[in-house]
Amino acid sequence: MSLATSASSVGDAEAVDLTTTPLRELNQRLHDAPRDDGAPRAWRVLNPGGRHSIAAGLDAELRVDVEGHAGYYCAGMNQRASVRVHGNCGTGVAENMVSGSVVVHGDASQSAGASARGGLLVIDGRAAARCAISLKGGDVVVRGSVGHMGAFMAQRGRLVVCGDAGEALGDSLYEARLYVRGEVAGLGADCIEKPLREEHRRELAELLARAAIDAANAAEFRRYGSARRLYNFDVDDAGSYG
Amino acid sequence: MCRERPHLAARLCLLDTWKSPDVRPNVAGVCGIVGIFAKSAPVRERLGEHLGEMLAQLGERGPDSAGVAVYRDPVPTGEAKLSLYAPAGADWDAVARRLDAALGLERMRVAGERHALLVVRAAPQAARERVEQLASELGELHVLSAGREMEIYKEAGPPARFAESVSLQTLSGSHAVGHTRMATESRVSTDGSHPFTTGLDLCLVHNGSLSNHNRLRERLRGEGISFDTENDSEVAAGYLTWRLREGANLGQALAGCLRDLDGFYTFAVGTPDGFAVLRDPVACKPAVMGETAEWVAIASEYRALAVLPGADEAALWEPEPGRVYSWSRGELAANGGVR
Repeated sequence: MSLATSASSVGDAEAVDLTTTPLRELNQRLHDAPRDDGAPRAWRVLNPGGRHSIAAGLDAELRVDVEGHAGYYCAGMNQRASVRVHGNCGTGVAENMVSGSVVVHGDASQSAGASARGGLLVIDGRAAARCAISLKGGDVVVRGSVGHMGAFMAQRGRLVVCGDAGEALGDSLYEARLYVRGEVAGLGADCIEKPLREEHRRELAELLARAAIDAANAAEFRRYGSARRLYNFDVDDAGSYG
Repeated sequence: MCRERPHLAARLCLLDTWKSPDVRPNVAGVCGIVGIFAKSAPVRERLGEHLGEMLAQLGERGPDSAGVAVYRDPVPTGEAKLSLYAPAGADWDAVARRLDAALGLERMRVAGERHALLVVRAAPQAARERVEQLASELGELHVLSAGREMEIYKEAGPPARFAESVSLQTLSGSHAVGHTRMATESRVSTDGSHPFTTGLDLCLVHNGSLSNHNRLRERLRGEGISFDTENDSEVAAGYLTWRLREGANLGQALAGCLRDLDGFYTFAVGTPDGFAVLRDPVACKPAVMGETAEWVAIASEYRALAVLPGADEAALWEPEPGRVYSWSRGELAANGGVR
C-alpha cells in the first residue's frame, strides 16, 4: 500500500498547539496512547515552530500530522507510527527509526534518516548533507536532491534519490543499496556504480510506489554499492547483510 | 568546491556527527548565530526586539554568553561611534567628560551598567587609538568596536538576561548579527564572547571550533594583528582583518578561510551594507536562511527565524557548504563576493 492511499482523514484528529502545550506533554500523551483504548489515533501538532524532538519515540499505530516546520530529531526512533510533517525538518529527522513511516512535505536538513533500522522515510523536497548516514536497514526516498556524503557508512537498507547527489556519495559504504536518477557529483571511498538488473528495477519500483512517486521511470536510475575493498567482506557472509 | 576525502579517523568522527551536528553532551547543539536584515520600516523600527527574540530561541545552544552587533544611525564623516565595555562598571559621566576633553563628545548612551555607546568628533580609527591610550586614566575599559554605524554589546551570562540588561528591545536599526555562546575552546568571559570586530564597522560571529588557531594566531601576530584572548573565533576575526587590510574584499577574505582555517565553522560577518555567511566544506555546523518581503535572516536553526513576523510564509533554504553568501542592501549574491 502506498503512503498516498494510506493517508486517512484527519478531520477528527486531536489537535495539540505547541504555543500553549509543552512539548514534553505532547510526547507523553503520544507515548501513553497505546495503553489507553480511548486515546485518539490521529493527532495534529500545531505551531511546531522548529522545536526539537517532536513526536519522537512513538511506538503505536498512530497518525501524526505536524503542521509546520520541525526542528532536530523529529519522529526519531519511530516505531509503527505514521508521521507527516507539512513543512521542513531540522537535523536528524526519523533518526534511528525502527518501523512505520515518516513523510516530510518539505526539505530536510542534514542526517535525515540517520541509522534507521527499518521503516520508510520520504522527503518530498531536498535533503542536505549526510542523508541516510549509517543507515542500518531502513529505506529513505528523496524526491529532490541530496547534499554531500549521502549514505555515509551505510550498512543496510536503500537510499533512493530522484534528483542529484552531492560529493562523496556512499563513502565507506557497507551493504546498503543506493539508487540515483540525476547527476552524482562524486563517489566516496569504496563506492562504485553497479549494474541495474531486473531485480533492482523491481525493488526500486516498489520503493517509489510506496513513496507515492511515479515508478514508471525506474529504469532511469543508476545503482551504486560497495566495492567491498574497505571492510572485511567475505562473499560467504553475503546473506547476513540482507 | 574542493573537498578532500576525509582520513579514516575523521570519517569515524563524522559518523558521530549525525547524533549532533555539534558536540555531545549538549543534544541541542553548541553555540547559536543569528543575523537579520530589515527590508521594511516596521522591521527596522523593531530590529532590536526581533534580535532579542531570536537570541532567546538559541539560549539552549549558548547559555553562557551573548552578544550583538547592530547597524544603525550612521554618524557623519568626521565623527565616530565607539562601543565601550567596562567589566566592573564605570562612572560614565566621568568617562564622558574625559573623552569630551580629549576628542569632543557628541553624545553618549549608557546601556545597563557596563556598556556605553559614544559618538565622538574624530575619525573612527583615531578615536579608538586615543581611547586605548587613555585606558589607564579611565579604569578598565574595552573598546568593543569603532566605526560609523556598528554598535557592539556583549557579555557573559544567559542571552535573555543580556538582552534585557542592554535594553536591546529599544534599538532600531537596518541590520544586525548576534551570537549565543557555549564555550568550548576558551573560558567563559565577555572578552571571549562574540561578535568580534574585524575592522571598522565589521564583525564576525562564529558557530563551531577551529583546530589550527594557535599556529594561525602566531602567524597573524607576525603580521601585526593583536589578540586579547586565547579564543579561536578571535583568530578567525583576526584572519579576516588581516586579509581585508592586505586588500582583499570581504568575499575574497571569506573564501581564503576555506584554505587557511581548519575546523568547523558557520560564520556570519556584519558589514555596513549587510551580512555575509560562510559554512565550512564539511558543514557539520547548521545554518538556515529565510526571506520574506520584510526581512532576510540567517540562524543556526529555524526556531530562531520562527519568531519573526511572517516566518510561516518565508522562503527557507540551507546555505551550501563552502560557498560565500552575501546580503547587501536588498540583494542576495551567491559566490560573487560582497557587493
